[in-house]
Amino acid sequence: MSGKTLYDKLWEDHVVYTEDDGSSLIYIDRHLVHEVTSPQAFEGLRLAGRKPWRQSRNLAVADHNVPTTNRDKGIADPVSRLQVETLDKNCSEFGITEFGMSDARQGIVHVVGPEQGATLPGMTVVCGDSHTSTHGASGALAFGIGTSEVEHALATQCLTQKKAKNLLIKVNGKVGVGVTAKDIVLAIIGKIGTAGGNGYTIEFAGEAIQALSMEGRMTVCNMAIEAGARAGLVAVDEVTIDYYRNRPYAPKGGDWFMAERLWQQLHSDADAVFDKVVEMDAAGIKPQVTWGTSPELVVAVDEAVPDPALEPDAVKQQSMKRALEYMGLTAGQAIVDIKLDKVFIGSCTNSRIEDLRAAAKVAEGKKIAANITQALVVPGSGLVKRQAEAEGLDKIFIDAGFEWREPGCSMCLAMNADRLEEGERCASTSNRNFEGRQGYGGRTHLVSPAMAAAAAIAGHFVDVSSIEESVA
Amino acid sequence: MRAFTKITSLVVPLDRANVDTDAIIPKQFLKSIRRAGFGPYLFDEWRYLDHGEPDMDCTNRPLNTDFVLNKPEYLGAGILLARENFGCGSSREHAPWALEDFGFRAIIAPSFADIFYNNCFKNGLLPIVLPAELVDGLFKALSIGYKLTIDLEAQKIMTPEGSVMCFDVDETRKFRLLNGLDDIALSLQHADKITAYEAERAKRAPWLFSE
Repeated sequence: MSGKTLYDKLWEDHVVYTEDDGSSLIYIDRHLVHEVTSPQAFEGLRLAGRKPWRQSRNLAVADHNVPTTNRDKGIADPVSRLQVETLDKNCSEFGITEFGMSDARQGIVHVVGPEQGATLPGMTVVCGDSHTSTHGASGALAFGIGTSEVEHALATQCLTQKKAKNLLIKVNGKVGVGVTAKDIVLAIIGKIGTAGGNGYTIEFAGEAIQALSMEGRMTVCNMAIEAGARAGLVAVDEVTIDYYRNRPYAPKGGDWFMAERLWQQLHSDADAVFDKVVEMDAAGIKPQVTWGTSPELVVAVDEAVPDPALEPDAVKQQSMKRALEYMGLTAGQAIVDIKLDKVFIGSCTNSRIEDLRAAAKVAEGKKIAANITQALVVPGSGLVKRQAEAEGLDKIFIDAGFEWREPGCSMCLAMNADRLEEGERCASTSNRNFEGRQGYGGRTHLVSPAMAAAAAIAGHFVDVSSIEESVA
Repeated sequence: MRAFTKITSLVVPLDRANVDTDAIIPKQFLKSIRRAGFGPYLFDEWRYLDHGEPDMDCTNRPLNTDFVLNKPEYLGAGILLARENFGCGSSREHAPWALEDFGFRAIIAPSFADIFYNNCFKNGLLPIVLPAELVDGLFKALSIGYKLTIDLEAQKIMTPEGSVMCFDVDETRKFRLLNGLDDIALSLQHADKITAYEAERAKRAPWLFSE
């Protein structure tokens, strides 16, 4: 019998019951809750007279609607305010721990979870948010769910699921200077497409993945969903275990040693069989820039906007033409010639301390270009913000002309006041370049934090690897 | 949840790949704390020429007459014909809520994004995966007044020309959808198994149960 994949191990460890057709009731170790996808779930519990199965396995934080300025003045938009207040009320009524808007630990749910050790290796983690895949970086099985499943997880601490297939993406060798986790994952999506991971759990492996910090691994797993996979995974190693030691919600004392022994098993066996394997060469990955309205429409910064006429598939060709029209670009245009209006550094993909350090390194001692009307830096959590300030990163950004904001989802999806206006073009460290995502008629180019900072300084895209090589 | 057994309905073609849930229901409508009333804002940015906001009265908004849902011949369609990877992106269940509220009961596509596919079954909406060439054939066969019959029990689609296409669906999902059953009540029938699992797990990972 062949060995097990990491996903097989995590799955088997959480099965409560399996139906004849293979649908299983699986146990959920951690349920994260935010304000947008939970109100109808709590209402459902109330209507049915149900209570949370195990209150302590839930943790709530408002992130999508929260303002990133003047936090003390509350939320100006009454509809957003009602949604956040509804979360506060529901958490207090159902006895669920919530980090409120004035709590230093408040932030984007996918930054807060690992930071607090509330999501840990070996867990099943769910949240009414597709970017829950982020937590797979710790060797946890983590995936996004809809509101009906949020209610189900609250009421039963379980979900009915069917096991996905195993996909291994192996990134061999080392990446070059200026190439980050974001570039790796964008290159992967460019290769396999936004539907490439549909029906699979992706395990990211190989030397280039193992060389990443936990923050970098979170960036990669965060965008597994952009490759179509609900869950992404990275095997546990010393980097993982060191990251979780002494986190507030991590096990302590004897439990820690027991956990450590258990977590060391969280890797695919050498003889494990995957349904599909994709291999990539890290050295071939350059800093990436998306040019279209789907994350798969991506090229290297030294390339040009592709020509739809060269695409043989009619449906794809149509999508490319539509994307060019929406983005206001022409085929053959060099990526470095694309001028920008705004820059956004933040989101659950790239708002951790390492991301802010990378952006600050590029911005230090420089000024944003005259054509950049706004450049935002939005830390992922109150604790990331505090750490960045302790390192003086806030001053570097402010001196360069960036705005230093309070934590939240902000302009990644523009549910608060931070957004693009119609026709504005933005270099963004977020995860989706869909039509209207960052604001009605807004145009998004997805890049790494260093690439975003470099674009803010130059006013157009530049190859950050050439800058970093000259500095080094 | 409304049960799904058998329907015969007009089919509306949405000829685009990778239709994301941001397009199906834009973010500003997600601020609602209710489950109903999303239908008027379905595909808001494609359907209207102005920018929609929550609670807006849509009756006098300028329509994009080029958008397929605005064409009079598709009025009342209950089946959406779509392309690859329909429903990708955000996990928002507001997407199936909006489709269902608008009047759709089934969506046919070569593939769906996983979370969206799963969310449909919780809302009486049947997502059907057919091979790409059959979907392509349907796009080509569509004419004014084209109706399909979908029989979930038999797992069959009948075309007006008399041909029959079979589709796959998990037994558990099919049973729940056919009967409009409440998932939570069904899972709670296994409450003793959940409790037993917790007791066994607590021995292996006590820190999960010590808070």
